[in-house]
Formats: sequence, C-alpha cells, structure tokens
Amino acid sequence: MDYQTIIVEEKNAVGYLTFNRPKQLNSFNETMHQEVSKVIKAWAKDSQIRAVVISAEGRGFCAGQDLNDRVVDPNADAPDLGLSIEKYYNPLIKLITEMPKPVICAVNGVAAGAGANIALACDIVIAAKSASFIQAFCRLGLVPDSGGTWFLPRLVGRAQAMGLAMLGDKIPAERAVQLGMIWQVVEDEQLQAEAKKLAEHLAQQPTYGLSLIKKAIHAAADNNLDEQLILERDLQRLAGRSSDYKEGVQAFMQKRTPEYKGC
Amino acid sequence: MTYIKTSSPKPGVVLIELNRPEKRNALNNATLQDIAACLQDLETDAAVKAVVITGNTQCFAAGADLNELVQLDVVSIQQDQRPLLWKKIDEFSKPLIMAVNGYALGAGLELALHGDMILTGENAQFALPEIGLGMLPGAGGTQRLARLVGQQLTMRWAMTGEMISAQTALQHGISSQIYPVGLTVQYALELAEKISKQAPLAIRAIKQSLKSIHEVTLSQGLKLERQHFVWLAATQDRQEGINAFLEKRKPEFRGV
Repeated sequence: MDYQTIIVEEKNAVGYLTFNRPKQLNSFNETMHQEVSKVIKAWAKDSQIRAVVISAEGRGFCAGQDLNDRVVDPNADAPDLGLSIEKYYNPLIKLITEMPKPVICAVNGVAAGAGANIALACDIVIAAKSASFIQAFCRLGLVPDSGGTWFLPRLVGRAQAMGLAMLGDKIPAERAVQLGMIWQVVEDEQLQAEAKKLAEHLAQQPTYGLSLIKKAIHAAADNNLDEQLILERDLQRLAGRSSDYKEGVQAFMQKRTPEYKGC
Repeated sequence: MTYIKTSSPKPGVVLIELNRPEKRNALNNATLQDIAACLQDLETDAAVKAVVITGNTQCFAAGADLNELVQLDVVSIQQDQRPLLWKKIDEFSKPLIMAVNGYALGAGLELALHGDMILTGENAQFALPEIGLGMLPGAGGTQRLARLVGQQLTMRWAMTGEMISAQTALQHGISSQIYPVGLTVQYALELAEKISKQAPLAIRAIKQSLKSIHEVTLSQGLKLERQHFVWLAATQDRQEGINAFLEKRKPEFRGV
C-alpha cells in the first residue's frame, strides 16, 4: 500500500505510523487525515498488531493543521473550522483513545496545535530532548482542539493548563516531563530506538489486559469512586477470563517466561 | 428453530440468542416466527420464570429483512403476518429482558422495546433508519418509543434515523444500565435469576399492571393495581413471603 503523506511499517507485532510531510513540518492536510485514519482503523481491529508507535519524519513532529489546506482558508467566506474537526480531528482522537492496545507517541521535534494534542491523546508519550510542545491556538484567536482542553487540565492541572493554553509558549520536552504532560524524555538520537524497545516490549505483554487498563484510566476522568470501583470489578471479570491471565499464572507457577497472545 | 438458539444457563431462566450472524441478525419473518413460537412454548412451561433475549456482541438485530420487504406491495402487505407475530411477543406474560450489544436498528430496536427491561453493552447503538428507505417504523417504533422517551426525541430520531448511543439510551430511560460488552448477557442473566426467585404470580401481576399504563387512565390504572393487590392476597406465596419476613428467613415461592 502506497501512501503520500505517511510511512507505514508493521514489524514484530508493532505498527509504526510515521508522518511524512517533513517540508510542511508534518502538518495535516485532507490526504494525510484520510491516510492516518485508514491505518489506525485497520490496526484497531488487527489482532496481529499489539502496539502502535506514532512518530514523524524530519525536524518536526506535527505542526497541526496545514493552514494552506483549502478547508481552513481564512480568505474564503467565513471558514467553518468546525467541519474539519468534526470530520477528521475528533474521530482521530477517538480512534487513538479507544484503540484497544497501547499507542506510543515518539515526539521527534516541535508538536504544535493539533499536533501537540494528538501526541497527548496517546497512551505513552516519549520525546526527544530537542522536541517541544506548543498550544499555538491562542495566538490565532482559536481554541485548543483535538482534545487539548480535555487532556491538559487532566494531565497538568487547571493552573498549568490555563497558562499553557492562553500563552501558547513553547514547552521544551524536559519541562513537559516535569509538568506530567508526557512520560519520558530521551536523547535525540535515542528516540526511535527507545520507542521501538518500548513498543516491542508492550507488544509481548498481555495486551488485552493493557487495553482494559487504558479503558479504566480514561473512564476515571469522568467517574466518581463508586462508579470506578464497579468498573474495575467488571473489567477484572473480563480480564480473569482471558487466556493471557491463565498463561501468566501458569508461567509463574512453572517458573517460566509467559507467552502472551493478547486475548 | 433455525434462526435462534435457546439455552437455560440458570435455573428458571431461558436465554434466547438471535443466530443469523451473516445477516447481522436481521429479523426476517422466519426469525420473528421462531421468537414468537419459542415464547409461546415458554409461556406454558411452568419451570421457566424469566427470559433473556440477546444477539451477539456486535449486533443485537439490524432491522427487518429488506429482501422480504421489497416483495410486499400495498396489497400483499395487508396479509403480512408480522403484526400477528409482534402481538404474540407482546403478549408473553413472563419477565422479558433484552440484553443489547451492538446495533439494534429498526425492527431490532422495536424488538428491544418489546422487552420489559433493556440492558445494554457500551457499544449498543439504536436507531430508526426506516425514514432513509422512505418508510416509517412499522412495529411500534413511533408508538412505544414515544411513550418511553416522549414525542420530541422520537420525532427527531424517527425523522432523521440518527444513531442513539448506549449513553443516550440510558439517559432517556430506554435502558436501565450499561455494561462492558463482554458482561451484558451475564448481568442480564443474573437479573433474570433474581427475578425468577420472586413469587411468579406477583411478578405476573406487576408486568400486567405496568404494561397497562399506556392503555388506561390513572384512575383506571389505580383500580387495576388494587385488583391485583387484592387478588394476590389469596395466594400462598404472599403468605409465605410475609411469614418468611417475620421469621427472618428466605421465602420459598411456589407460584401458587
């Protein structure tokens, strides 16, 4: 399958999706939206793919919306920016957060606007030391989209979220780790190797169980404790029926390394 | 029974699984016939106290079978057997629980609305898509749904065919609870089991009394309720229930 805007690779049960419009800092146009969505949708259903890595070519990660794309042309009559959000960004964020397997984001450079928030939607975000995050929306009179206003306060608290969203400052990767916005920062030249190592590790883990963890942690943002306790009970019921749980316990008893299948 | 599977996973409880997965459990005449016939058998089987109907994890039932519908013109549709089959399902007197995972569209939603209780999985999606085919729901879709959620929402849903998520369905009282998909049937069976241990005559009276709410005025309904109340005073199960409570033990109901 040939793509114009992304590179897709599947190896050792890991799906690698790499944004590939380096000259435009990997900003999204319609084609890129369609290609990304197609791949992520397919991987969500593909039991052979048990972890996903999203990364990018070139010096940037993703600059968000390509402002040259016709859908956001400010010279047209009152552009409806809600359209591309409804059609592309919102479904993409839902695909990532509902994908029943770990999604790793390897942020190689600047992640701005929707680009930053697509990264924040992923489960484990690692960034190169030289990478940065910018909630650029406020500079153009816009609102953080792609889940930004939802993820930020939950990741860093309201005070920091407000500052990030209203000032649009460039936040270096190390600061992002300190704020609790992302998981880890690594040396630039280590980024792809670390992402691969992490993804290959996760892909061999009981990924069905990991999908339930993901679900529980996302649900926790809206649930009260009672609701969450009930959800944990239900998810544990499902987890207990998985063949991975059985394998895990057996391997422990037999003092061997478990072989998980992700079901 | 070609298109349904029945089993009894718990004492007193029968599970009916719609089993036409290649057609997304589309409710053709034969499937509807199977359901109606099955419920008729269970009606007279005293060992059966409650019934759960479900589809599969992806699809409860995806509407009527268009291949059959297309053959009906205005004349032949007069002799359509479906209204009679729906009526038989509606007349089932024991508790009927619908465990809905995935799509319940058109006739699928209408089948769900024939249940006394609806439980859904998180992936449940209801809709009345008939309008897209230039039709309207023909098995109570406008009537039962409006009585459940009101005219406003039903008007909107019937005129647009919009999808109704599990969350929306819960919010508006179409369902009573949402579960993880893999557990919907289990919880429906547990609910059915809990009900199956109650006094059958009282359960029957409750169902009759509640099903009449859209047929009669409040004062008539109150009279009917009172009649049931008085009539149940003659049952042994009522005596057993009260005695067990006073003696601090669990009652053993026998349906007499």
